[in-house]
Amino acid sequence: MEQQVSYTLDSTLDTVDHAEESATRIATELGFGEDEVMQISMAVREGAVNAVLHGNQYAPDKKVTLAFERTPEDLVITIRDQGRGIDLNGIPNPLAPENLLKTSGRGIFLMRSFMDVVEIRPSQTGTEVKLIKHVHVNSVGHKEDSQ
Amino acid sequence: MSMKLSTRQVDGVTIVDCSGRITLGEGSVTLRDTVRDLLSKGNKKIVLNLAEVNYIDSSGIGELVSAFTTTKNQGGELKLLHLTKKVHDLLQITKLYTVFDVKDDETAAVKGFK
Repeated sequence: MEQQVSYTLDSTLDTVDHAEESATRIATELGFGEDEVMQISMAVREGAVNAVLHGNQYAPDKKVTLAFERTPEDLVITIRDQGRGIDLNGIPNPLAPENLLKTSGRGIFLMRSFMDVVEIRPSQTGTEVKLIKHVHVNSVGHKEDSQ
Repeated sequence: MSMKLSTRQVDGVTIVDCSGRITLGEGSVTLRDTVRDLLSKGNKKIVLNLAEVNYIDSSGIGELVSAFTTTKNQGGELKLLHLTKKVHDLLQITKLYTVFDVKDDETAAVKGFK
């Protein structure tokens, strides 16, 4: 992977699959373990689902931007939509007893469960979600450094 | 890999063998339609065999919850069978593992219906 790669994508379910597949490929290339690759790809999928469904609401004129950046310490993934922004105070806790049997509302919870840092910045012109996974010592880059 | 479902009857219980991915879109819709079709035909003892389900997202989790509550609301019972580690872990972190009736033996699952 280059230091940074980004995609501008339509607001479709294909974008969700593309985002997940890209995350899987890039996380694998960077040497993350199988469980971490699954966590990263699932977090990115959930972020993309939110961008396509809740942010852009499938609008054909609105795009989703997906960017992967490798820093010495982290894999940083940024997902932006062009929706009206979400109300972070209005997100119910999916683990609360009264919400356990709800059929939706677990996406952000899963992102926070699987990533080291999740930053969500809503605005009138869209929401930006930043997902960060720390790169560990046994990742590909460090292996090469030690050879 | 998209989701595939097939159903079979064992001692009055419908086993739904699921394989592939239960995710937003086709996979979730297929599961929803299958469960609703079974209930409309009076099949109210349902086991979802998830042994071959290798991936599930939050929408898929929502579909499992929906299948569970829809069946219960119609006087039926739904159990989950043979969870893969990924699905097991997801149900644990979402605190749904104890909500569902989860089995790892088909015979016990079938016999467990009231």
